[in-house]
Amino acid sequence: MSLVARHLESNGIATVVVGSARDIVETCGVPRFLFSDFPLGNPCGRPYDRALQHRIVDLALDLLANATQPRTTVQTPFRWSDDESWKDRYARVDTAEAERLRAQGEARRRRQRAAKQTAVD
Amino acid sequence: MGDAGTTHRTAVSYIDRTREYYAAQGYERPYRWARHDEVPFTPLPKPLSDCRLAVVTTASPWRDEMPRDGVLRGDKAVWSGPSTDPPTRLFTDDLAWDKEATHTEDVESFVPLRHLAEFAEAGRIGSLAPHFHGVPTDYSQRTTCEQDAPEILKRCREDAVEAALLVPL
Repeated sequence: MSLVARHLESNGIATVVVGSARDIVETCGVPRFLFSDFPLGNPCGRPYDRALQHRIVDLALDLLANATQPRTTVQTPFRWSDDESWKDRYARVDTAEAERLRAQGEARRRRQRAAKQTAVD
Repeated sequence: MGDAGTTHRTAVSYIDRTREYYAAQGYERPYRWARHDEVPFTPLPKPLSDCRLAVVTTASPWRDEMPRDGVLRGDKAVWSGPSTDPPTRLFTDDLAWDKEATHTEDVESFVPLRHLAEFAEAGRIGSLAPHFHGVPTDYSQRTTCEQDAPEILKRCREDAVEAALLVPL
């Protein structure tokens, strides 16, 4: 999506990215980025929290209107929850998981090879 | 929390996390994320209250299918829907988001068309574009840059928008 932002912006359309994967977006480099330190999935706010969502979209509009230079990141002041354990859990590889993940990767590569072979046949 | 300080980044590094995750699955070459030194910039050409705004999502139209290996069968392509009749559900199972911590049953939490319609009604933005758009998250940055991004631009131009709100899951 950051690449789309860059393309639109290069062609005269102003953009704001609203998201939570800070390192990915900032590494790609975008004109305007509204960052919320939330788990991936609800960049506009917690499900069914209308007031929070409205506030976040409002902040995105502010950023769209007020930024004066590229790479302008604004972080919203909101917390997902008092419990931040989701940050440690997401896609975390611990030793108990290692064997299962390796087997999963192997199985996937086998299926992909088989699919390729079928396509060639 | 409070003022105790920290020894690590407080925001999750998704670049680090996905690299470690795929390495654990036995993928030897890590994904190379897009990285640019130069960043383009277009100021809003007129006050926000006169601008027309498009919304772009990474979600797909609803389908009953379950993705296999996290990948949908068939080609994913740029798609559009009417902003005036926002979808009540969208397909996100194939995307990488935190399926333990949250859910995507409330579309407004990631495609805020109703909120933007309210802002248009209130005069905060000029108008909401008649269409919103979906763009696939493609492994190939070349596909995104040479095919999908130009298609999104074309559709935004057809709706004569001045600005776009891009909301990746």
